[in-house]
This record gives sequence, C-alpha cells and structure tokens, in this order.
Amino acid sequence: MPSDALKSRRPRTEHWVAPLAETPLQEVDAADTSGTPRSLWAEAGRSLIRNPVFVISALLILFVLFVAAFPQVFTGMDPRHGDLSLANRKPDAEHPFGTSRQGYDIMARTFWGARTSVIIGFFAMIGSTLIGGTIGALAGYLGGWFDEVISRITDIFFAVPLILGAIVVATRLGEMNLWTVIAVLSVFGWTNVARIMRGAVISTKSQDYVTSSVALGASSPAVLLKHVIPNAIAPVIVTATVNLGVFIVAEATLSFLGVGLPTSAVSWGGDISDARDALRTQPSMLFYPSVALAITVLSFIMLGDAVRDALDPKARKR
Amino acid sequence: MTTTSVTPTPSGAPSGASQPLLEIKDLEITFTTSSGPVKGVRSANLEVYPGETVAIVGESGSGKSTTAMAIAHLLAKNGAITGGHILFEGRDITHVSEKEIRVLRGDQVGLVPQDPMSNLNPMWKVGSQITETLAANGIAKGAEAKKRAVELLEEAGLPDAQRRAEQYPHEFSGGMKQRALIAMGLAARPKLLVADEPTSALDVTVQQQILDHLDHLTGELGVAVLLITHDLGLAAERAQHLVVMYKGQVVESGPALELLQDPQHPYTKRLISAAPSLASRRLVSSAERAEIREQAQESASSEAGRGAETDQDAVIEVQNLTKSFPIRGKVPWRSTPFLAVDDVSFSLRRGTTTAIVGESGSGKSTVAQMVLRLLEPTSGRVLFEGKDIADLHGSTVKALRRRVQPIFQNPYGTLDPMYSIFTTIEEPMRIHGIGDSKSREEKVRDLLDKVALPSAMMRRYPNELSGGQRQRVAIARALALDPEVVICDEAVSALDVLVQAQVLELLNDLQAELGLSYLFITHDLAVVRQIADHTLVMEKGKVVEQGTTDEVFHSPQQDYTKRLLAAIPGGSIPLAGAETIDVEAPVGLADETGGEGQGGPDDIVDPFAQAGHV
Repeated sequence: MPSDALKSRRPRTEHWVAPLAETPLQEVDAADTSGTPRSLWAEAGRSLIRNPVFVISALLILFVLFVAAFPQVFTGMDPRHGDLSLANRKPDAEHPFGTSRQGYDIMARTFWGARTSVIIGFFAMIGSTLIGGTIGALAGYLGGWFDEVISRITDIFFAVPLILGAIVVATRLGEMNLWTVIAVLSVFGWTNVARIMRGAVISTKSQDYVTSSVALGASSPAVLLKHVIPNAIAPVIVTATVNLGVFIVAEATLSFLGVGLPTSAVSWGGDISDARDALRTQPSMLFYPSVALAITVLSFIMLGDAVRDALDPKARKR
Repeated sequence: MTTTSVTPTPSGAPSGASQPLLEIKDLEITFTTSSGPVKGVRSANLEVYPGETVAIVGESGSGKSTTAMAIAHLLAKNGAITGGHILFEGRDITHVSEKEIRVLRGDQVGLVPQDPMSNLNPMWKVGSQITETLAANGIAKGAEAKKRAVELLEEAGLPDAQRRAEQYPHEFSGGMKQRALIAMGLAARPKLLVADEPTSALDVTVQQQILDHLDHLTGELGVAVLLITHDLGLAAERAQHLVVMYKGQVVESGPALELLQDPQHPYTKRLISAAPSLASRRLVSSAERAEIREQAQESASSEAGRGAETDQDAVIEVQNLTKSFPIRGKVPWRSTPFLAVDDVSFSLRRGTTTAIVGESGSGKSTVAQMVLRLLEPTSGRVLFEGKDIADLHGSTVKALRRRVQPIFQNPYGTLDPMYSIFTTIEEPMRIHGIGDSKSREEKVRDLLDKVALPSAMMRRYPNELSGGQRQRVAIARALALDPEVVICDEAVSALDVLVQAQVLELLNDLQAELGLSYLFITHDLAVVRQIADHTLVMEKGKVVEQGTTDEVFHSPQQDYTKRLLAAIPGGSIPLAGAETIDVEAPVGLADETGGEGQGGPDDIVDPFAQAGHV
C-alpha cells in the first residue's frame, strides 16, 4: 500500500461520469443479423479472389487446362508426324517454334505435351492424396500402436526419394505407360500428405466440438468423416496443389532420364531430353518445352501458396 | 537506482505534488482494418499520480489494453494514435521517436504482460532474461547483472532465487513465471508499472498472493501502477482510483469505493450488478426452486428399476470414483500412477445444480469426463438413475448420450467451424434419427428462441458469432435432445462478466422451465454462489468439503475452502443489496513456493498430455 503522503498527491478525488448521450448503452451481446452469412470456405474464397497471386495462377492454370483439353486449337500439326527432311529447322512461318532433330514440329509437341503432363500430375495428385489422406487420417484418429506402425511405414517411404524409387520400379517394370507412371508416382509421393493429414487430424480431434459430437452419441466413423476430416483438410489441399506441380516435374524428370514414358509418347520431359544436345546450335528446341513446363509447375505452386494464405486461420482475423 | 535520462520538460507547472505522473488527454486510437478505419479508443482521459494504483476496468474489446499499450508505443501494427496526448511527467510522449520511447520503456515505464506462459522465452534461463533487461536498460552488465537478477527474483517473492535464476521457464509454475515477469517489469525501477491482466491466467489463491506481493513491492518502491483488468472486484480491492471503459470510451472514473457504492453511469451499474464476486446470491428464490424439484421428483418416482441402496432423489450418483493416470518416470517402463481423482462420491439430485469447484489440477474436469463416459474410471461407479453407466453397451450408451449432455468451456472450440448454426443444433437430432427435416427445423427455431437468439442466426457460421452467442448455441445443441442432465464444464469461464451473467441467467431459467439437473464444473467460487444448490470443493483429486452452497459459503470447515473464499477478489467490499464474503484466510501459503516444478497447485502435470505421448 502506498503511504498516505503519496496518496494525497491526487489533488481532487473527483468522480467523473461521461454524458450518456456520448456513450450510449447497448444491449449485452446483441446478435448482429445484418449482412449475408458466410462460411469459412466462402470467406476463404473471398480472400482468394482479392489475391493477385491467385488470380494470375488461376488464369494460367485455366489456360494450361484448356491447352491440354484442346491442343488442336493452337496447332494444326500432328506432334507424332516426324519428317527427317525437315529436321533441325530454325523457327519460320510454317514451324513457328522450329523443328526437332526427328523433324517433329516443336510447337505441336509443346501444346500436345501439356495433355500428358496435366493428366499425370492430376491423377498422381489424386492417387497420392487418397492414399496419404486415408493413411494419415486413420493413423491420427486411431492413434496407439496403429499410428506407431503406420508412422514407421511412412518414414520408410519418406526416406526413399521420389525419383529414385520411381526409377527403380520403372526399370523393373520395363516399358511404362501413362497409368504405370501415375501409379509409381502415387506410391512414392503420398508420404507428405499422410504426415500433414495425421498432424491436422491429431490437432482437430482434441477440439471440443469433436468431443461434443461423441457425447451426442455420434459413432467414431461419423465423427471422423463429418467433423475431423472437413476441419483437417485445408493443409492437405494446399499440399496436394503443390504436389501436382511436383508430380509434373517428376514425370518430366523420369522421361528425361529415359525411364518414364516411352519415346513415342508426347511429353515435355522427353522433348527436353532430346533437345539437350542442341542447346548451343538451336536453343529454341529446348526453350519451348522447358518454358511450358516451368509455367505450368510455377502456376500450381503459386496456387498452392495462395490457397494456403486463404485457408490459414491465423493469417485471417476472426 | 533511478536514472534520469528522460528529463521532464516543465510545461507550465514545475514538478510539484499535484503533477500527475501520467496524463492521457482525449486519446484516440484508430485501427486500419480491411473494412476501413475502426476507432479502438475514443476521447479517453485518465491520470496516474506518483505512487498510486489506478485500474482500468472493462470487458474484452473495451479498449483498456489498447490504451495501456499506447503509453509504451506498443500498439499492434495497424493501430495508430490519431488524436489527443499522452504526457509522462508533463512531457508529451505521444509522437516521440522510437529511440526516445525505448529509453522510456523499461526505464521509466515497466510492463507486466498478461500471459505468463508465453511471455518468457522457453530457450533461455529465467535469470538470463532478467540480465538481458538490465543490460538493455544500461543498468548493469556481466556478473553484476547476474547478481542483480537474483536480487530482483528474490524481491519478487521467489524462494531460492539463486537456483531458480539458473532454471528454464518450463521448470516454473504459472505463478512463479508471473513473479519472474514482475521482477523484469520492476528491474529498472520504473516510475510507472503497467500491469495488463497480470493474474488472469492464474488460480485465485495464487492470484491473491501475487497481487498482495505486487501491492507491497510497489508501495515500498513508490511505483505507480496502472492495472488493467476485467474484474471489477479485483480492481476495487487493489486500486485507489478506477477508470471504467466501454466500447473504447471512458464512461466513468472516480475513487474506487465511491464508484462501486455509488455508480452513476448505467454501464457501471450494469457491470457492478453482474460482477459475480460482488453481488452474488442464488439467482432464483429457493422456494420457487423447491417446487420445481418436487415436480421433477414426482415425475421421476414413477420410473422403476432403481437399486435399493441408491439415493432415491438422485439422477446421477457417483460412488468412490477414482482415476489414475500413469505418468512416465525417468525410464519409460517405470511409470508412476498419478491419482487425478481420488475416491470422489456425490449425488446430483433431480432438478438441482451441484457444483464442483477447484483450482487447476484438482481433477474436477476428469470427474466430468467420467460422468459423461468419455473416460473410463479406474475404480468406482457412476450411476445414472441407479444403473451403472459402465454396464451400458451399444444402443444403451446412445440412450445415455441422449439424456446427459455436456457444455464445454471454450466458446471458440465448441462449435464446428464448418457447420452452420442450423446444422450444429440439428446434428444431435439427426444422429438419433428424431423427426423429419421439417420438424427438426421447427425445433431448431424453438431452441434458438429458448437461448434468446434470433432465428435468422441459424444460417450463420460460428466465426460470425461472439463468444457468448457461441456458448448459447452450444446450450441450444445440448438441449436439442431434451436431456435430463447437463454437465457444464467451465461453461461460462471464458466469457465477459456481463455475458457470463446473461448465460448464467439463461441456464437458470432453463432449469426452472425444463427441470434440468446441472453438474457445474468451475474454478470460480463466485459463479458457484449464483448457480449451485450443492457444492463440492476439490483439491488435488480429493473432495475436501461438500454441502449445500450456503453451508460452504457461510461456514466453511476446511482451510482450503476458507482460503479459496478469502481469495475471491472484492468479496469483502460492502455493497448495497449484496452479501459480503467475510472469511479470514488461514495462515500459511497456498502458493507454489515449495515446488520443484511440480509442487504448486497450478502445476499438476496434465494427465491428458502425458497419456497422449505413450
């Protein structure tokens, strides 16, 4: 307690009251029903649309998807038609991107190559997310010895680099096609999804609303599917989006190394591999498939970043 | 050692007896948000004179912390002072440079932050963190600073300070951390100490000791204190002068006791009447409630299948309930059992409220979990209408879930953010297959009406609701299945006093209307007095005292209960129309002082965290 000497320093022990007109009293905890209701997803959507990174990457991705679906709109050439007499042409009016050593039209190859990359990236993303998501969600939700075993298995797969594992399997399988490449990428690419799903599920399942649901009488699978996974899915979506880009790169790498798609397939990786010897004589041969690959991968990774920003509850005010 | 690096520029009057240490004039603080500028504080005025304690009281969002932070220029990045002046010792510090304010911070103005858990760097020894403060303020360096740090910790009331200085924050209990933060705040011998909710995260008995010590210390050093708190009782007890803030404005200020006994502004009046520590008594007259109970008994007595040995009136009876958790020892295979709940017995009578009160780590929530059958008891039984709930299987468990419902503490965690309010309240009915979609919607409207929310709310999502509204939605969800028993686990602890009073009132009305029985788990004795008929006091897993609420409050038998009662802030302040709590605290420390990381009441190892790691 301060001494009396100190206390008496306050000159007036005034009692001041603000005029009520300036400080109107409001109802306690009044419910605000103005404006339209907004779910978390709607909020995330709104903040996405205002994010230039999202807009740019989304436009690029739409363009890539359109190219993949309708490459013939952009080029009348057959990407598989090689004419050796036309090999190694510099860009000209007939072949705006030039031709390759096999006499393929590079522009046709670049546009048609988008289809291979998008299909592989998309399905490998779905495959790995399904495998990783299921494993991660079960491990996180059930816990205990199941989690221990699954986590160690995940670690083992995690320790094998994606490309290395794919190369080993690819060389064992011999000739690959689109679907075997997708399968190989999914089998070696699910681990980061599983880890993220597991972590998100563990943090979600301790929330009160999950306990509430259990106490309401909901069954375990229902709680997992209806409450835990919807709330844990956001970081998985982000990872999956970024993974899509990673898988496109992985396919290109495998094709580049010659263990991916057969040489007859139209693929950016294969074309980049074919063009490496012509780097000094005819850089356009390497340039176009590389740029197409870079733009596609970059836009998916940018999209992942933008989605992360939108879904991260900490970045957004309540 | 008072350094005079900031020399007061005499603005008019020389530093005489009547000059305030701190003067805030017409302060206006604006935050830039995505939806435009928002005024956090408007025309706020206050004065702090040397050596006195001034408290700013208000709810969350009232601008009390913002005002305090503005003094040390510690506003959030999007906040700025857009009007008015802050004068420290007569000098205008409203817009001084970062360099000048840094000299002021720590040296002249000390800060004690709210959350002791997150304000110490876990990677550094406690002593080093104080040494750093000393070095940053140019007070002491090297060995001298180390010695000084130990002295400061000692002064803040930490026993064995020499050894404690060499420990890391995780080895400290919450109360000890707060003492260390007080030591840091006072390290440079400031003239003003700004304490922002310094004890809100601590148990009442620890809170009392820390504040007693702070009073003593600042009185001795002649430091003025600006105390920021949501607790009117605490403010009145600790400060000579009160400033009440509401929606960014100061609505009333005056001498503490005068303001409490003769409030002028309607908001202050409202705050005083709602403060549980000040004006507490059972919300509904007991006669009215006895009638309800009788009715409930009659309707229940027709039901058959009761064990002869059980209390006829009890809807839930707990017999010798014990729960022990294995705590990992130094080696993984040698775990020691930790008795979280030790031989607890009580019964919850139909239509009444039984409160379990205790500090953190007392095992009260564990009891609730076992009653809800979310946790398996180690031994003992929980009887619901005479049947052991452990014997229930499959559909009978589901039937139990229908009749016993929980309401949890954290309003932000209790509702699934992905679900609209309608889906949330409808969920229990869907799970139990009650009604069709039309009748369910009808019921949701009805329930929202019961908890005083407009039915327009039902298309909204939890992130659009305030904490109190979320808690009301949680109550509506709990009532959707027409349960008989509601277990409230700290259901109002996270709410502002006015909202808390509103929710308590609601719970009470619903009890009268629907004949509900409540098991009310809380750390707040003042709330117990408002809602409970019977009270159990738990300490370290054991029931130390139980009886009717009046008995427990008027003639507590145990030292622990007395200590808890005496620690209710503002409990002994005489107010018109309210009974005071007049209990002498027994001699002796309730605090963490003896502990080696595990000794304190606020430091019991969380059994759930432990169990989760195995």
